Amino acid sequence: MEDKNSFVRQVAEKKYEFGFTTDVQTEIIEKGLSEDVVRLISRKKDEPDWLLEFRLKAFRYWQTQEAPTWGHLKMPEIDYQDISYYADPTVKKNQDAPKEIDPELMKTFDKLGIPLEERMALSGMAVDAVMDSVSVKTTFTEKLQEKGIIFCSISEAVKNHPELVRQYLGTVVPYRDNYFAALNSAVFSDGSFVYIPKGVRCPMELSTYFRINARGTGQFERTLIVCDDDAYVSYLEGCTAPMRDENQLHAAIVEIVVMKNAEVKYSTVQNWYPGDSEGKGGVLNLVTKRGHLRGENSRLSWTQVETGSAVTWKYPSCVLSGDGSQAEFYSVAVTNNFQQADTGTKMIHIGKNTKSTIISKGISAGKSQNSYRGLVRVVPTAENARNYSCCDSLLLGSSCGAHTFPYMDIQNESAIIEHEATTSKISEDQLFYCNQRGIDTEDAVGLIVNGYAKDVINKLPMEFAVEAQKLLGVSLEGSVG
Amino acid sequence: MLEIIDLHASINGKEILKGINLTVREGEVHALMGQNGAGKSTLSNVIVGHPSYEVTQGKILFNGKDLLELKPEDRAHEGIFLSFQQPVEIPGVSMVNFMRAALNAKRKYQGLEPLSAGDFLKLMREKRRIVELDNKLANRSVNEGFSGGEKKRNEIFQMAMLEPTLSILDETDSGLDVDALRIVAEGFNKLRTPQTSAIVITHYQRLLDYLKPDVVHVLLAGRIVKTAGPELAFEIEKRGFDWIKEEQ
Repeated sequence: MEDKNSFVRQVAEKKYEFGFTTDVQTEIIEKGLSEDVVRLISRKKDEPDWLLEFRLKAFRYWQTQEAPTWGHLKMPEIDYQDISYYADPTVKKNQDAPKEIDPELMKTFDKLGIPLEERMALSGMAVDAVMDSVSVKTTFTEKLQEKGIIFCSISEAVKNHPELVRQYLGTVVPYRDNYFAALNSAVFSDGSFVYIPKGVRCPMELSTYFRINARGTGQFERTLIVCDDDAYVSYLEGCTAPMRDENQLHAAIVEIVVMKNAEVKYSTVQNWYPGDSEGKGGVLNLVTKRGHLRGENSRLSWTQVETGSAVTWKYPSCVLSGDGSQAEFYSVAVTNNFQQADTGTKMIHIGKNTKSTIISKGISAGKSQNSYRGLVRVVPTAENARNYSCCDSLLLGSSCGAHTFPYMDIQNESAIIEHEATTSKISEDQLFYCNQRGIDTEDAVGLIVNGYAKDVINKLPMEFAVEAQKLLGVSLEGSVG
Repeated sequence: MLEIIDLHASINGKEILKGINLTVREGEVHALMGQNGAGKSTLSNVIVGHPSYEVTQGKILFNGKDLLELKPEDRAHEGIFLSFQQPVEIPGVSMVNFMRAALNAKRKYQGLEPLSAGDFLKLMREKRRIVELDNKLANRSVNEGFSGGEKKRNEIFQMAMLEPTLSILDETDSGLDVDALRIVAEGFNKLRTPQTSAIVITHYQRLLDYLKPDVVHVLLAGRIVKTAGPELAFEIEKRGFDWIKEEQ
């Protein structure tokens, strides 16, 4: 018993590996939110009038709204006037000099395992690296251009491909969608833009790495992915932040449009700073992600491994409009210490013969709260819709909570809907069995948790899967006792 | 090899072992018999360091080392293996991953490099044959959906993989049919060397027919009350334990 206690202590004291800060000259606008700030952000990014109008409409709408309270979350009060909405770490010292990346920034991303020099980059992976409000660099853009693929920051896309951005922005997640979507639409800074033209199979994984660095700022990522007819892309997203005592806000929107016979795989390994073992600090991760399966036989899968953030409020969803379209949601959400997660998905079946799969694995430890919240809706037009949902919870210890909130709204009788849910606990007997075979408790927990989550981990691209496995071990160590 | 001196142990404050003295030398097989509740499983659990049991008095030395000072995983690394009476299921963890973690933990303890995936799988194949364990079982989750007999065979398979010097078989024969018993017992015998020892807990002579113990002990109310050669097991098979109780 004494062993276990010391083990718990060790883990609680374990440092967050990515908690360092980068000392780089950053231009941060003054704290506060107003129409003037929205205009200022738009001006800094040299945006066309239509985009400023979009932002202003969103801002005016946001002002009339209240933050949602239905999540199973104790959310700290957010003072929106105490946040800076734009921080640019790439600010040029000399306006006339060609834009060069500060070596400190390169070093930061190296340290995070994301080398930005193409010769050093992971093979087969193009990266858009975003720090605070600005994309630092996007690799392999030229190589991808040869195939007609556009992969750049959304700011560049607004400049270079305004017609595409204008055609799709806000069509999957309208600014009126929810409180945080309105906020994001008003003040979004950077994120990635991906366009895969008809018939093109993207030859490498595309990824965006988000890093929060500056103090007192919020990050408002905006990502838009359009996959045209018969095209394919696999996209990965990673994120980390420094350790800070105060909460930091990350309110993102990701929109995905999938056309006829096209396929998009979207994977996230979310490792924002989760706060310390006392529940102090950490990122508030309030995210709206949605894909629209517009074309016939289109496919979209969301895979997420959520281990970080103090609060996660996130429901990557799919609107299955195209006949025969298929959507999948695979999720592992880990909470430890005082972390709170309310996450899940929405599957909206509109087209005929549409199919969706939901696999959610919640793992709770410490004093954390972990909720699955999901909606399966079948509208009257959706003949022969199918859904399979499986929501499992694994508890480590007895001070944590696991909750499941499945909602179903089935308006077509031909639908076949299956739902399974289990709750289990890692038992002392299992741990002792491992111990007797020579496996210490820390490794045993890692082994059991990875075994539990493997259906989801297996969906991740190789490099990410390895990363995710390690992360699961680290996030949970010491949580049994 | 193993020396137990005046061992007292309790669970939830209740004393189960009341002064056990037992010495097992290299190459010996000791049978431990006795009625339910006599303390046989408690003794094996205490040797391997189960956290539910508290040692209140006495010592256990293993190759001269104070065993009670070692964590359960280190006792395993030192060469002690328990074939569980009720092997635990671990859903989602494949036997392959489980055994690799166990074997590499032991190698690390010994200062050896982890085994390559190829060598490891080769070893798995080789050792599986000893207990005729199906390849399919080896690829399934640890003990999940295994029949009672398969679980016991899987225990001996793990023993073959880890090559302990002291094995404790806790009612490994319970729940086995005649054929399964033969496979398990013959598997165990194949693994014996002049350097390995075993403590075999059983109620029945039929397992001992195969294992041929050197010494037989009878445990009664937390004490070893009788120690003799293999003939003692035959006598117990015939007469039960009551005559031993009466001798006390």
